[in-house]
Amino acid sequence: MGEKEQGVLKVAVIYPELLGTYGDGGNGLVLVERARLRGYEAELISVTIDEPLPDAQIYLLGGGEDGPQRRATEALHTDRSIAHRLNDGALLFAVCAGLQIVGISFAVEGGSRHSGLGLVPLETVRGEKRRVGEILVDVDGRDLVGFENHGGHTYTHDAEPLGVVKRGYGNDGVVDGVYQGGVIGTYAHGPVLAMNPWLADELLGHSIGHYLEEIETPADRLYEARRKAVRHSPRTP
Amino acid sequence: MSKSPSALGLRGRVAVRALRVVNATSRGLGRGSGTVAGGRVAMRIDEDLFRKLFVGRTVILVSGTNGKTTTTALVRAAIGGDPASNLTGSNMPAGIVAALSTNNSPTCVIEVDEPWLPTVMNAARDASRRAVVLLNLSRDQLDRASEVRQLAQRWRDHFTSIGSSVAWDVIANVNDPLVAYAVEPAAQVTACALPTPWHGDAISCPHCTKPIHFDEGLFGSWWCDCGFRAPHPDVLFDEGVRIDGVTYPLSLQLPGSFNAGNAAVAVAAAQRVGVQPSESIPRVNAVEDVAGRFGERMWKDQKFRLLLAKNPAGLAALISTVSEGSSPVVVSINANVADGRDPSWLYDAPFERLRGRTVWCDGTRALDLMTRLFYAGVDVRLTDDDPLFPRGLPSGEIIDVIGNYTAFAQWVKKSKAC
Repeated sequence: MGEKEQGVLKVAVIYPELLGTYGDGGNGLVLVERARLRGYEAELISVTIDEPLPDAQIYLLGGGEDGPQRRATEALHTDRSIAHRLNDGALLFAVCAGLQIVGISFAVEGGSRHSGLGLVPLETVRGEKRRVGEILVDVDGRDLVGFENHGGHTYTHDAEPLGVVKRGYGNDGVVDGVYQGGVIGTYAHGPVLAMNPWLADELLGHSIGHYLEEIETPADRLYEARRKAVRHSPRTP
Repeated sequence: MSKSPSALGLRGRVAVRALRVVNATSRGLGRGSGTVAGGRVAMRIDEDLFRKLFVGRTVILVSGTNGKTTTTALVRAAIGGDPASNLTGSNMPAGIVAALSTNNSPTCVIEVDEPWLPTVMNAARDASRRAVVLLNLSRDQLDRASEVRQLAQRWRDHFTSIGSSVAWDVIANVNDPLVAYAVEPAAQVTACALPTPWHGDAISCPHCTKPIHFDEGLFGSWWCDCGFRAPHPDVLFDEGVRIDGVTYPLSLQLPGSFNAGNAAVAVAAAQRVGVQPSESIPRVNAVEDVAGRFGERMWKDQKFRLLLAKNPAGLAALISTVSEGSSPVVVSINANVADGRDPSWLYDAPFERLRGRTVWCDGTRALDLMTRLFYAGVDVRLTDDDPLFPRGLPSGEIIDVIGNYTAFAQWVKKSKAC
């Protein structure tokens, strides 16, 4: 990771008081612990809404209710720094409401539309019903497993989705999430990196700048168990 | 019902008789505890039955995400006698109707599912005396329940709409900002400062969404820059229950500071409906087991103490209770429909406090739990990996088992009281 080699890997959880409905903070914990297990120094930073975004290599956006989602978006607009940070090589990992926030616009309960951060060309409208259940996404031949719970229908437009939906709904029943320009997003909410250790390592490898040695953790067993279970869940919730 | 035929009317009496037949049949068929089906049938026969069943009685309702069942048991003890109560935990209208029609006590102590609170309060409008205990609001079974702030808003709207037209004594835990927000418009509030170790859903202000500041400690207060702040408490737990400036000592059998808070609020609620602390406290002290919780139980020659936690706030309270010991702990997590199908919430609970302890991971989602604990730096074992479990646990000790809803029920079923 070039000049970062001697430095500390910093992972910043953005506004957990607003965006942390489903244990989303777990993603930050998983990233720093998996870095530490390999001997890297890593620091987990919680950024509250009254603070400017700190320097970090990985930023995390979680899920939240409609009001907090709008407020978090406004605060990030005011902060104005996230786009520059991504240009400088940082990663932003966004789940659930976080995925909607990184797009051009999103609609909340009642249908009113709000501007997103415009980092990727996603557009989210209210879906015909709430999507609640297991989700399985094929990400370049690898399975991502998780749980989704959202009322959005997201038009991916010409953005690069994260993967193809095999179980569940994702953006639109066909694809899920986004993987473009330093933004990685998925509707699989909460501690999705705990359930998918390979994805956590992919983010870490990207930030650290080289291949990471394999490690064995209880998460491997969890991942295999969930893959097996989710393959038997309904195709769309 | 000896007291109520005139209040019930002919239609109501037919409905109550039908309820008893249906519930007895349902129990006979082994379908659950047989309280809900009959309640539904009865309400279909007499739509006004719910209101009629409350007429002329003293009513204490108990609601909130955590501690409803325990606090209902403590309020019952505080009141004394055998009040009508939904002891099976059926806390929606059909179950409440069943409880009210099968016990004609002049007093009712009723646990209420949070979203149903306005409906039940409305049904109880013709009770002779009305009190409602509100404990806390936090995330629970998120894949199916409504969002917790909307719930606080719904309670608040209800208090706004009744104003002072129907007199309710509201006994509210104002250490939870969402509860404080909900009861702000209520006319008659007894503010209680109860141990509330988890504020994960109230870190942004319900009025303005700015961050709320919390004082450290279980009894700490809170405030927001917008001016919204914890009201001065009328009741708190501090070496005993302090009510309106007078302290009454408590010596509870139930463990944990959260139960001390539940007991304090039960004594306060009883006092508000006319039962003095000198009468209620000895009875509250004597409670040692609530529906299988907290009491000693035996399974395969090993003693256990079963504890129920369904969500992060409940887990936080139990973790602080068990973390004082050094024995291994069993945590059992399922993700059935009644538990919420998504155990993501495990990451919102402060398992880091169990570092240095061995935790046996159990239940259908033991692997989710084991992963969570591994990242928390806790020593983990899987009950499924050890066919001899629970042999090998320190046999002379009582081992704590924390289970979520259906996991807890399975532990109650397979163990025996001792």
